[in-house]
Amino acid sequence: MKVTVDQDKCVGAGQCVLLAPDVFDQRDSDGVVVLLQEFPPAELHDDVRQAAQVCPALAIELAEQ
Amino acid sequence: MTETLPDFPMARAARCPFDPPPQLLAAAPISRVRIWDGSTPWLITDYDTQRAVLGDQRFSADSRKAGFPAQTASVRARRENFRPFISMDDPEHDRQRKMLTRNFMIKRVEAMRPRVQEIVDTLIDDMLAGDKPADLVTGFALPVPSLVICELLGVPYADHDFFQACSKKIVSRSTPVDDAVKAGDDLRAYLLDLVAAKEKEPTDDMIGRLVTDQLATGELTRDEVAGMASLMLVAGHETTANMIALGTVALLEHPEQLARLRDTDDPKLVANAVEELLRYLTIVHSGRRRVATEDIEVAGQLVRAGEGVILANDAGNRDEEQFPEPARLDISRQARHHIAFGFGVHQCLGQPLARMELQVVYSTLYRRIPTLELAVPVEELQFKHDAFVYGVHSLPVTW
Repeated sequence: MKVTVDQDKCVGAGQCVLLAPDVFDQRDSDGVVVLLQEFPPAELHDDVRQAAQVCPALAIELAEQ
Repeated sequence: MTETLPDFPMARAARCPFDPPPQLLAAAPISRVRIWDGSTPWLITDYDTQRAVLGDQRFSADSRKAGFPAQTASVRARRENFRPFISMDDPEHDRQRKMLTRNFMIKRVEAMRPRVQEIVDTLIDDMLAGDKPADLVTGFALPVPSLVICELLGVPYADHDFFQACSKKIVSRSTPVDDAVKAGDDLRAYLLDLVAAKEKEPTDDMIGRLVTDQLATGELTRDEVAGMASLMLVAGHETTANMIALGTVALLEHPEQLARLRDTDDPKLVANAVEELLRYLTIVHSGRRRVATEDIEVAGQLVRAGEGVILANDAGNRDEEQFPEPARLDISRQARHHIAFGFGVHQCLGQPLARMELQVVYSTLYRRIPTLELAVPVEELQFKHDAFVYGVHSLPVTW
């Protein structure tokens, strides 16, 4: 799984950080998403899929093999 | 033909205080309704279509645009005096929202958790030391979010009688237009004074930071800072307070769910219960509103530019394709993808704070008062059918 985030689309709702804190963080100035791991380990894939599903700005894209 | 259109909002069924109106749940995914001003916007009820519309910025949140289906005459009149960023489109909406997002970052909200726990424990101590029956709304459900938002914003809690009264008038459908406009103006005037005080003596709180970072640099005007503060204050009160009180009623009416929540040590189950109660109750029950800026096909129906759209999030959260047996309250179900906070770029800014407050409350209140029960039959409770945010007006409890 490869994760891509679009910081221009992000609205800082923070849902991805709650669901997968090892993969997503927020920058201090405005809460916009920061990607911590582009290729998260398999055990985090379900959480990352859910983060992508609930992102209100559709700012998370997943490429799955 | 339009004479036969159903009115919106619709009425809930008697004795089903937690369920959306049956007529709403039975409506087609997209259909016409008639609202207070005689206009006939589209009503959208199914989950997928609501997410598609709320995620599509060709549907505008700008309340000044012709065809925008205002909630009430009062909201339309208030928006003429002041239009907050929730009633704007990008890029201006994004510019203003991003000035506030850092206040609701997950790590900042988590840092507030011990203080929220302290507030919750103190209020429960006070309630237990007082007379019973007690009103859970005035004694607990309202003070918790009120104290929290006051500390976050930098508003003196001592003034709570004033701003809670303004807030109550603003969110009621039955407030006369002039009174609602006055309540909005009074609240902003009060906050303008507070902004002026913080210009003289800077403070490290949300309003203080807007003053030093945005007002001082000319990015925002004084009116805009006061307007943002007003929006945060009202939103911070009316939502969490109603979730606490109405959530308690729902749990008391589902004792097996209440027992599971009370007896668990698993913070994940508590967090899951918060999501399920947000879904099940969907207290923002008057529909989110947009207007199409071009001709767009929605669920097989052409919506013309200038036509209004109402998104019934409460119906979307009862969509059985997404939530099997949607009328059942089940704190362990997968409900995380609910749309109780809306969807799209306008999705609730304060949701991390709301979640944390509700997690602290639901994991503490029923444990500290395991014998908590209604002091009147549930049929006697007055539900907020007339408010934009659903809940109970008061909640007599004993233990």
